[in-house]
Parts: sequence; C-alpha cells; structure tokens
Amino acid sequence: MSHVRVRGLSKSFGAVQAVRELNLEIERGELMAVLGPSGCGKTTLLRVIAGFERPDAGCVVVSDDVVAGPGRIVPPEKRRVGMVFQDYALFPHLSVEGNVAFGLSNRPREERDSLTRRTLELVGLQHKARTGVHELSGGERQRVALARALAPEPELVLLDEPFSNLDATLRAGLRREVELILRDAEATALLVTHDQEEALSLADRLAVMRDGEIVQVGPPVEVYGEPATRWAAQFVGEVNVLSGVARAGGVETELGVFDLRAPAEGSVHVAVRPEQLELRADANGNAEVVAREFRGHDVLYRLRHEGGKTLLVQLPSLELHEVGDSVFVRPAPSAVPALVD
Amino acid sequence: MGLRRLDRFAIGTVLCAVLVAGPLIGLPLSFFVAPGGLSRFSGFVPEAVEATAILLVGVGAGTFLLGTALAALVSFFEFPGRRWIEWALVLPLAMPGYVFTLFALGLDLPGIRSTLGAVCVFTLVLYPYVYLLARAAFLSQSRTLIEAARGLGLSRGRAILRVGLPLARPAILGGVALALMEALADFGTVNLLGVRTFTDVIYRVWFIAFDREAAMQFAMLLVSVTLTLLVLERLARGRARHAQLAARGDVVPPVRLRGLAALAAVILPLALVGLVVLAPLAQLSAWSVQSINEGLLAPEFATAARNSVLLAGMSAILVPVVALLLAYGVRASRSRTAAVSARTATIGYGLPGSVVAVAVIVPLGWLEQRIDGVAGTGLLLTGTVIGLFYAYVVRFLALAWGAIEASLIRIPRQLDDAARGLGADRLDVLARVHVPLLRAGLVTAALLVFVEVMKELPATLLLRPLGGDTLAIAVWQATTESLFKTAALPALLIVLVGLLPVALMIRMSGRGGVEVEASPAVGAWVEDPEAVPA
Repeated sequence: MSHVRVRGLSKSFGAVQAVRELNLEIERGELMAVLGPSGCGKTTLLRVIAGFERPDAGCVVVSDDVVAGPGRIVPPEKRRVGMVFQDYALFPHLSVEGNVAFGLSNRPREERDSLTRRTLELVGLQHKARTGVHELSGGERQRVALARALAPEPELVLLDEPFSNLDATLRAGLRREVELILRDAEATALLVTHDQEEALSLADRLAVMRDGEIVQVGPPVEVYGEPATRWAAQFVGEVNVLSGVARAGGVETELGVFDLRAPAEGSVHVAVRPEQLELRADANGNAEVVAREFRGHDVLYRLRHEGGKTLLVQLPSLELHEVGDSVFVRPAPSAVPALVD
Repeated sequence: MGLRRLDRFAIGTVLCAVLVAGPLIGLPLSFFVAPGGLSRFSGFVPEAVEATAILLVGVGAGTFLLGTALAALVSFFEFPGRRWIEWALVLPLAMPGYVFTLFALGLDLPGIRSTLGAVCVFTLVLYPYVYLLARAAFLSQSRTLIEAARGLGLSRGRAILRVGLPLARPAILGGVALALMEALADFGTVNLLGVRTFTDVIYRVWFIAFDREAAMQFAMLLVSVTLTLLVLERLARGRARHAQLAARGDVVPPVRLRGLAALAAVILPLALVGLVVLAPLAQLSAWSVQSINEGLLAPEFATAARNSVLLAGMSAILVPVVALLLAYGVRASRSRTAAVSARTATIGYGLPGSVVAVAVIVPLGWLEQRIDGVAGTGLLLTGTVIGLFYAYVVRFLALAWGAIEASLIRIPRQLDDAARGLGADRLDVLARVHVPLLRAGLVTAALLVFVEVMKELPATLLLRPLGGDTLAIAVWQATTESLFKTAALPALLIVLVGLLPVALMIRMSGRGGVEVEASPAVGAWVEDPEAVPA
C-alpha cells in the first residue's frame, strides 16, 4: 500500500471545480512533484491534503489513517502533515529556533530541544538559532520554513511553490539543497510547482495536472520522453507536433522517418522534442532559420519548413547557423518521439 | 455552506452579536408593548426636537467652519511652530464636554446656560474630529490639482476654496457627522446647561417619572437620528475613499506665511487651545488646591476614584477580550454568518450611553426576576456592576474591535495555516500567534476603553449600583449643585487620563509621517464607525 493515497478527490469553489475526481499515490520516502499551470488546482489539492480545505468528495489517506473522507475530517493540527508555504509564513514574533520548535510544544523539553537542534543542523542554520526571522535572507527563510515543517517528523511534507519567491540565481542551488535535506530527513514530500525544470530535476515522480485532473504520472524521464497527450508534451518542455503515417515500427513525416517505441498503423501525430531534430547548412535545404536563441551550452533555432510549418530545433552550440541561412532539417539518429492525440 | 460551517467559533460570534445587539431590539418593540408611552410626555417632544435640531445645525456649522479652517491652515501654510500647533489642536479631544461646562459655569460665563451656549461648548470640544479628517484629506491631495487651478488663473486662496475644499468634502462631512453623533450622545453638557435634548429627556423620564416604556420610546427617537447620521457618515466615507484614490503625486507644498499673517497663524490656534484645554486645566488645578485646603472635597471622593479606576480597569480587560474573541471568531470560522454577527455586535458605539442603558436594563430586569424566582438572589444584575459592565460592552465593543481588527487584518492567514499544520488548534493559534502579534492593538484597545469608561456619564448614571459613584458622576453631581470647587479635582483627573490616548496618537502619527490612518488609535477612535452596519 502506498504511504499517501488520494482517491476520487473533488473540490469546488462556487461554480469553479478546482479539483475533479483526482487520484494520486505517493510512496514512503518519495519526492513527488505536481506540475501544472497556475489555476489548475494544484494548490487546492495541497490545501485539501493539509486539511485547510474540506473536500466535496473523495478521501485522503496518510499512513493508513483516513484524514479526510466521507464522514471523517481530521483537523489540520492532527494530521501529521507539514507544510512549507510559498511565502514561508514564518512567525515574525519568534526567533529561528522559536519557529522550528513551534510544532514541538507538546513534547518533553529535552526532546524538543534536541529535535530543534538536530533539525537546525540539518538545514545548516544552527549558528542562527537565536536570530529573528526578519534578519534572514530569502534562502535562509526558506530553510527555516523547511526545518519548521520537518521538525515534528511529519508523515508527509507539502511544499507550495517553494522556490517562486527566490532569485533565479539562488533557485538552482537551493533546489539541490532542499532535495538533499528532504532525502536526509527521509521525508515523504509532495511539491507543487508550475516550473517544469524544477519538477523535472527535483522529483522522483511527476504528476502533470490540468483543470483539476492528473493527466499523467511517472518518472521525469518518462513524462518528458513519452508524454501522454499533446497538451502534456507542450506543457512539459518544448515540442514540435508533426503528423505522419505510421507503418510497422516507424512513422513517416514530412521531415523523414522516425522510429517508434511500439508498432502502430495509420495516420498519427508525433511529439518531436527540439533535440530530436538535427540540421546542417545546405544552400538547397528544406528550411530557413527564422530566429536563434543562444543559451550558452546550446542553441534553440526557430525554422520555417518548406511545407510552411514552424519548427523548433535544439543543438549544442558547437557550430552556429545565422538567421536567414538555408538549412536541411531531419530526424536525429536516435530520436524516438511519442505518439500523441 | 450553511449549518455545516457553523462551528463553535461561528456560534460564539453569533451569540456575542445576540447578547450585544439583542437588547436594542427592545427599543422599537416598546412602541407595541406600551403604545401610549410617548403621549404621556408629549409635552417634552417639541422641546426636545427643537433643542436637538438647533444643536445639530449649530454644532454642524461650528465644527465644520472651525475644523476645516484650522486643517487648511496647517496643511497649506507654513509658519513658525506649525508642527507643534498641528498637534496641539488635537488636545481638546481629551476635554469632555461636561468638564468644560463645569469650567464655564464656574466662571459664570454670560449666556452659557442656553442652547447657544451648548452649541459653543460642543463646537470647541468636538471640532478635532473635523480637523483630523479634513487635514488627512488635504494632505493626501495632489499638488498638481492645486497647481492646475492656479495655472487657470486662480489665486492660491481661491484655488484652495474651489479645488481643495470640494475634494476634501466627503472627509469633512464624515468628520462633521462624527462630531454630531458625539453631541447627540452627550448627556452631561446639556443637562448641566439646562438644554432639554433627547438624552436629557430620557434621563428625566427614567429617573424622575420612572416610566421605562416612555424612556425606551424616547431612546428610539434618538436612535433614529443617530442612525441617519451613521448612514450619512458611511456614504461620505465611501466617497472619500474615491477621492483619495484619484489623488496621486506629491503633496501640495505649503506656503510660508510672514509678518502679521504668521503671527495670527500662531496666536489664534494657541488661543483656542488655551481656552479649551489650558485655561480649564489651570482653573481646575487652582480649584482643586482650594478644595483640598478648604476641606471642600466630597467625602466620597476616594470611593469615586477607586470605583472609576476599578470599573475602567476591568472594562479595559473585559471589552478587549470580548472584542478579540469576536474578531478572531470571524477569522477562524471564515463564515459569512460570523462576519455579519460581528458587524451587528459592534453597532453600539454610535449609540448614546443613555440609549444603551435603557436598552440593556429591560432584558436584564426580566432575567433577574427569573433568577430571583429560582435562587432568591434579588437584584443580581441591575442592582450590581454586572449591568454596568454589560452596558459598557455594548457601548464600547466597537471601539476595542476597531483597534484589534485593524491589527488583525495585517496578520497573514498563512500564519494561521502554518500554525495549524504544526499541531496548534484554533485556540492555540490565538494564544501563540495572534496575541503576541496583536500586543500593540490590544494595548491601544485597552487604553481607549479605559479612558472612555472614565469619562462615561449617562450609562453609568442610569445603571450604577447604590454607592457606586464614579469620578464622572462626582463631577456632574457637584456641578449641578454649583459646588464647582468640589467638582474640580475629579474633573482634573478625568482630563489628565484622557490626555493619554491623545498623546499616544500624536506619538504614533509622528513616527510614520502625518497620515492619520497610520495610527490605529485614531483609526479606531476618530474613524471608528467602521463598526457599524453598512
């Protein structure tokens, strides 16, 4: 049995159905990310699991304990679910230590002190224990928020857009740091984000959410490489959707033949990632470079194909093509695109 | 929604609303219970209507002119000592009308015992309401508007009159409405000056004729006038918000006054403050010393002082606690029912103390008889301070609620959620997160209630238990008997205590610049009818 189970969960606000009959399972010690555009209901999902909202239907089970379901609503303070808020929600009248110890008030003093100390060490803030939270930097605040959620050793930690309040430069470093802290603490965590890079790099598994429903669940590699729908393909990374005719193990498109994972027949659409195409300079090529986005380690080209289609192609920045160059574009040798609707 | 959302916090706020606003329903009901009540005293009605009307017109015009002129002076002009004068002009807020009346009567100022005399007293002690709101409105005006008017050929003075004043009109009217509500609620001044307004009639019908129904019906008439003013104030304030949103940009740069104009700008406001605050303080001090030396101090003085401090002190704890539970109940239950209940529960502040007293005594008396029938406890409620505390809660709950709510809305809801997620139940959240963060708001609320209870006269007069005289009653009683020296010391103490919140307000406003809204004390005090139903 999974550690956390969400079954048939629905929640509406007036006429707006924020979450619809949603199912989700999280294994013990797993780091799961829910990825979706803003307004897709992911924060509502989190708030229902935490107990701040009451579901209209369905149930939430945490560690074999039904915390929300028909006829049973456990208040948030009894759920053993910790939450890291988007803006951290640190208590301004308490020190770092006071914040971290807040959830330990019913433990014996010795245990409380040692847990507080241990958690502060875990996030590397033991030297700031007595500092007021208003004196901390953005990154430190986030670590305090994480420590505060982890200190009572919850069954599940929820993180609501935890990195959205940080500078882009800080974000990558902190992401890694937070992941290591969560793994050190052997915590089961559910993180909600609209940032695909964040979700792909951080999570063990990824759930893509749209309009209150989960579209696809799987490891990041799978969600990226084998998107279940055209929308999922477009939302998780960039993609060219080509139409073609499938025959046996391949699909024939206007750019050439791509291999398929499983045999198919007939008229289909394939989701081809920009790195699954390659191009070379060719005066008599089949496409023209319209725009070029130089990203350091790689380059994203926008091409106009002779058939009229706009294509995205991503290449290492070893050799550069100029805007206006005529090029020849074709499938990369090992490209295996996914079939989509 | 619906019943399912009515948890114990919502039920608490509903209960609170019923307890506080419930007695007020009795006022209109009295017309049905005893339809003839008013006609028994029909002779009083024309007199009360006339006096009240003259009072409203006179005080309205007086506070409007005085408050607006002074606000314009300190907002648009620069002169030596402006910053001091700006705040000195607020001091009359600490002077209760009946104390100033004591001073005026003691000096035997000619013509003071008349409706016109009452108009003068009210104008002098109530103009700060208009002054504060008008000043805030003037200071929020954009300089470009005044400059545009001047570019179109208006002199500075005319630009202020034709642009500055109309823009501030909603705020000024709001201030006038507040001043008028205070004048309507007053009992001491009109009673001492022999002006037969509604509050005075209520007192006489109640105490001299012992006719409760008629008193309730007069109270109901007074309430309808008050409610009309409340609605006007609300409307004016709604528009004031618009006017302020429209005004952006730098503030109007003040013009430096020179020569005689500067001299007048310094001397006239100082003379005003001197007349309303300093001269009475000096005279009261002198009388106090004499009264002590000549043994004229009332023998009950010590008891009255103790009673005042006890009543005010206990109310200063009780009322903010109720207000806090009410405000937090709305927040914790997140239900509309609770929000509406809170609005209802805070209705009492616009109401005169005599109305509140008349309204609470009937249900208390009824309950008391039932309890007496069972337990034989006698006048358990109306004969003890319990009734008095009840009236204070009804009357001043909005005051404390305003101060607390202003701080409470600044605490993000996420803090509540965070605390809940960490194992705190809703009472824990209140105790461990809100109370520490609300400390300033709670202290402000306690201070405001303390001072108001010290000053309160009509409700205390009607509901006090035997031997339960307070300083305010001592002042009133001695003044009615023309024992001005005897009244001096208790009056002096009331004024000195009343200076505390004014000082607090000035200090708070001095910190963040000049915005009146920056201070929760003023927000709660001057702008309080936040509390009343929309």
